Amino acid sequence: MDSSQFFSATVVIGILTAAIRLASPYLFAAIGEMFGQRSGVLNLGVEGQMLMGAFFAFYYTVQTGNPWIGLLAAMVVGAAMGFAMAVVSVRWRAVQGISGIGFFIFGVGMSELLFKTMMGEVRIINTGFNPIFIPFLSDIPVLGTIFFRHNFMTYLAFLLVPVAWFILHKTTLGLKIRAVGENPHAADTLGVSVARIRYLTVTMGGVMSGVAGAALSIANLNVFQENMTAGMGFIAVALVYFGGWRPFGVMFGALLFSTVMAMQLFMQVFNVAIPSEFAVMLPYILTIVVLVLTVGRVRGPSALTEPFVRE
Amino acid sequence: MRDSLTRLFLSKRLDAFLPMFAAMAAFIIGAIILFIMGTNPWVAYRAMINGAFGNQNALVETIVKAVPLLLIGLGICIAFRAKVINIGAEGQMIVGALMATAFGLAVEWPGWLVIPMAMFIGFFGGAVWGAIPGALKAYFNVNEILSTVMMNAIAVQLMNYLLGGPMMDPQQAAALGKLPETARLDSSYHLARLMPPTRLHAGLIIALVLAVLVYIMLFHTTLGYRIRAVGFNPFASRYGGIRVRRQIVIALLLSGALAGLAGAIQVYGMNYRMITDGSPTGFTASAGYNGIVTALFGGLHPLGVIPASFFFGALLVGANSMQRMTQVPSAFVIALNGMVVIFVVSAAIWREQRERQRRLAKVSDAPVPIPPVEETRQKKQES
Repeated sequence: MDSSQFFSATVVIGILTAAIRLASPYLFAAIGEMFGQRSGVLNLGVEGQMLMGAFFAFYYTVQTGNPWIGLLAAMVVGAAMGFAMAVVSVRWRAVQGISGIGFFIFGVGMSELLFKTMMGEVRIINTGFNPIFIPFLSDIPVLGTIFFRHNFMTYLAFLLVPVAWFILHKTTLGLKIRAVGENPHAADTLGVSVARIRYLTVTMGGVMSGVAGAALSIANLNVFQENMTAGMGFIAVALVYFGGWRPFGVMFGALLFSTVMAMQLFMQVFNVAIPSEFAVMLPYILTIVVLVLTVGRVRGPSALTEPFVRE
Repeated sequence: MRDSLTRLFLSKRLDAFLPMFAAMAAFIIGAIILFIMGTNPWVAYRAMINGAFGNQNALVETIVKAVPLLLIGLGICIAFRAKVINIGAEGQMIVGALMATAFGLAVEWPGWLVIPMAMFIGFFGGAVWGAIPGALKAYFNVNEILSTVMMNAIAVQLMNYLLGGPMMDPQQAAALGKLPETARLDSSYHLARLMPPTRLHAGLIIALVLAVLVYIMLFHTTLGYRIRAVGFNPFASRYGGIRVRRQIVIALLLSGALAGLAGAIQVYGMNYRMITDGSPTGFTASAGYNGIVTALFGGLHPLGVIPASFFFGALLVGANSMQRMTQVPSAFVIALNGMVVIFVVSAAIWREQRERQRRLAKVSDAPVPIPPVEETRQKKQES
């Protein structure tokens, strides 16, 4: 295929369809991370949690042939890592920027270690979450292809956005989370347990990162490889900043990124006259540009990265 | 008697050992993981120690592995002292190495001129790659953790492009395999070997000298004072007339420069060409991340980083021999390093508690004023 076809209608539809699908891991991870940050904890271990989730989801899907068990395994391991991060940053009040890097390194090493000892070789599965064509809607020309022919995880990711918004802005729990992230001392005075809220959000963030990994390994790619996330966890953290700590903002950011990712993939297929390495660079350069542009526009949670000590 | 014991227990010198206790916790969990995987932890750890120190060759390998860790760890010390978290040593090392290699392949000058210039160019390349996120943080308030991670990914792609294209060894370009590597540097450009048959090279001396220089810079110059002041309290520093933004850029620039130098030394002292395996850590062997672990373990003190770098160099060399002896993949050590970071950072709360206890102990030692003692005790009870 030559590069002149790159801007044809089929390709544009292909890019948009892929963009919707590729957004799901970013969405899961970034929304989970957003709750943690809203309560004042910066979890930089997302990448490691995603890798562990991706491995466990893949391993149990291979073992049982059932992606639901794989998904459950990813949630459990994500919860365990999230809880550990919560203990380190809430109870031991460790510097969050660095302890998160510890979890990142741990996840990279541990997922590779488990993969090499328990599976050994790269293999592709066909028992993951397959595309579900929504009746009637998927038959609509163009839009049906772009929006309604995706796997379960993609639908779930987008459904989660309004749910997250509702929890954060319309429930008591959401109010408590925001209060703990903005002014933990005031929240504490009013009887909100800062520690309990942070344990909850960071553990749930871990679960979501695990699910994000599963979305990669048993829904989008159906394969596991060492270090397969390639920085997606860190991009998810950046998306929280970019989205202004709001669910719909995060969704917009995730779609922007996944569109760039999809374009990059298609550029490689169509041999566009740019070396593929430069195409792969695009999302990372975009992250930096986006961070420069967004900073100052929105203010983050006041107590972000600050451990809470009762005075 | 009990008082003197307490004083001994609370003495500041013991604080230096806290990272060791923390690392021990990581090793114990590592042993549990090994045990669950069906490997005898004792056998595995012993294979690691033998592999790292068992004979002269093993020892030399440990030392040459320690050199990049030491240089990068020194850079991390500078950055972290300014409260700038530099995760970008991987990319800084790559860019330094790329520039130094390109220079060495381009010129045909005498070795005594090329080697120092190449080291400086590596230093410079890393400095540029560090200064960019530094400036973004200082002037645009961009989170440096995220920007340095992104700069790593960009550097990796740049390396893959250059080593697989413009900078590729012409022989490889003609061959079928097309390994991503540059041509070999002229033998007059190689760093001197200290014990000729072995791979021990002059990079060790450069790194040790720099450790002392960084120590002097951080603790005995105004620049170092300013960097530490900014890390300690940026608001007070600004009030005191320190240009906070400039110190942030300088800290990340120096941090990157040392990583870039580590990259140049890796090329001129070890491989004599720049080579990767296609994976992001193909050239660096994760030195950029392990350097963070090293610096934390060394207590963010330039002289502490020296023994820490040998320790982690040994761990990495030992991991390979453990893989040979017990079939446990060397990735085990990456997981172990992650846990070391987690526990060492968490141990800071211990240091805090000891500091508080020390203050209390000192107050009760004071002979005359009794009321303050009561006051402190009350405060303690309240909290």
